[in-house]
Amino acid sequence: MKRGIAGSLESNDALITVKESDKLEITIKSVVYDFFHKQIEKTIRDTLSELGIDKISVVCEDKGALDFTVRARLITAVKRMEASK
Amino acid sequence: MKNVLQRTVPEGFKAFAGSNAYKNFKRRTIAEKHTGKGFISLKSVSDMFDKLGIKDGMTLSFHHHLRNGDFVLNMVAEEIKRRGLKNMKLAPSSIFPNNKILVELIENGNVTDIYTDYANGPVAEAISKGKLKGLCVMHTHGGRPLAIESGDLHIDVAILAVPAVDKEGNGTGTAGNSACGSLGYAVSDLKYADKVVLVTDTIIDKAENPQLEGKYVDYVLKVDAIGDPSGIVSGTTKITKDPVGLKIARDAAKLLDELGMIKDGLSMQTGAGGTSLAVAYYVREFMLEKGIKGSFASGGITGYFTDMLEEGLFDELYDVQCFDLKAVQSIGKNKAHHAMSGSRYANPYDDNVVDKLDFVILGATEIDLDFNVNVTTDSHGTIMGGSGGHSDTAHGAKITVITTNLVKSRLPIIKEKVTTITTPGEDVDVLVTERGIAVNPRRKDLLEKLQGSKLPIVPIEQLLETAHKITGVPEKPEFSDKPVGVVVYRDGTVIDTIYKVR
Repeated sequence: MKRGIAGSLESNDALITVKESDKLEITIKSVVYDFFHKQIEKTIRDTLSELGIDKISVVCEDKGALDFTVRARLITAVKRMEASK
Repeated sequence: MKNVLQRTVPEGFKAFAGSNAYKNFKRRTIAEKHTGKGFISLKSVSDMFDKLGIKDGMTLSFHHHLRNGDFVLNMVAEEIKRRGLKNMKLAPSSIFPNNKILVELIENGNVTDIYTDYANGPVAEAISKGKLKGLCVMHTHGGRPLAIESGDLHIDVAILAVPAVDKEGNGTGTAGNSACGSLGYAVSDLKYADKVVLVTDTIIDKAENPQLEGKYVDYVLKVDAIGDPSGIVSGTTKITKDPVGLKIARDAAKLLDELGMIKDGLSMQTGAGGTSLAVAYYVREFMLEKGIKGSFASGGITGYFTDMLEEGLFDELYDVQCFDLKAVQSIGKNKAHHAMSGSRYANPYDDNVVDKLDFVILGATEIDLDFNVNVTTDSHGTIMGGSGGHSDTAHGAKITVITTNLVKSRLPIIKEKVTTITTPGEDVDVLVTERGIAVNPRRKDLLEKLQGSKLPIVPIEQLLETAHKITGVPEKPEFSDKPVGVVVYRDGTVIDTIYKVR
């Protein structure tokens, strides 16, 4: 199965792992879950729809990343997935 | 019942009515407890429990000068557990991660009440989860001596770790394997507890200028080791290397200079956090550049301040607690480096040092639009600290400066309302962040002096907006309504309640 990873578990970053899937699955673990999980999910959904992806598995392990970081990590993870064999 | 800041006060406690309200009341003190007849040597911790008749429901007190390297509280906890004692009340001046054995004692009902000024680590988390049967009462470093001397916090037995004890029962922190310097937080316990035990690993012939006087000591227990010296020194006493922290510190020092605070005779205190210490570094630069000599620095003392003393930049240091090895060495040799008691440091009714401070630099976990500061809980409401001397120095100092990053791991440090109030906004004057400086509108005098300043001075509301632009607006977490603790202001009133976390 194709898979892509980007990011890190450092403070203010996020580690995003994407996998091929026959449905859309988003899992968020975050140090600021109670405060920002809806915004993190929205950023992931918006970025996926920009990329034209509607079926994928995304696991976001967030250490307090800002939205642009989440977005950048997700785009890179997807590119890496697509490039993998 | 609500207090003046509209925070809930649990039944049986007095409500906070403003930081000057203590002036309406007279100092109450119980009699000091001299023994007058020398001390008795104990053979073991178990012997101590037998000889002193330590039993269910008693209050035992401790100090935290050995910090995360302390063995003494844990030794006593082991014995409580071994004997299966119940409903014990513990009053350690702080709780550190190495005291995790208390979690088990709390869960099993061996310990049901805790009085402390600061709690961090597994014990703090267990309290936040609602494991303690009673409420955790969190004092300030100045409020604790007041609670003890007034009899409000009655101590059956004070069990005090002391690095070296002489043959007359005098205790000092400047000798022994676990030398920790000042023993300031132990002095009220020594004077007012029903019974006093000094626990040491080093007996010396004669203590020079002992901070703990033998006339108050009932028993001495010699053990193999009272602590692990490597855990005594805090990991936080280094100047930050983070460029953002350094910018904040530099701006804070510039601000103090513009306010005319960097002048001959100045007195100051900083917290031991990396950014606070960096402010001391920049203040020192200004002092050297302008040839300024200060009168004193106080607080938990670090090597940065002993260097400044030795450079002649201060006449005196007043030290309630040594934060690093350099401070420990200095207090043993520099005559102008004085140990002081917690009461002398910050008891509102004592001739205290905090009231003589020109300025203090402090941190914040959260600060709100009314300038109230939280250093007790994180934004989820979990206990991870406590006032220590935060609200004492904020009240005493002429200018209180909070230095903090605007955002930490996506969380804006500025809130509309802080989760828990530790220090009331009436005592907090300036907030310095990397994105701007906010002055409490109550301090019109400061705002006037800063007119025409090139520093980025903005309303605190604007800083909140800036933070939200960066992070997004955080959702409000839900809190339970079950109290697990109270934040007691320095005068003994409740400034806020701490709730169980979900």
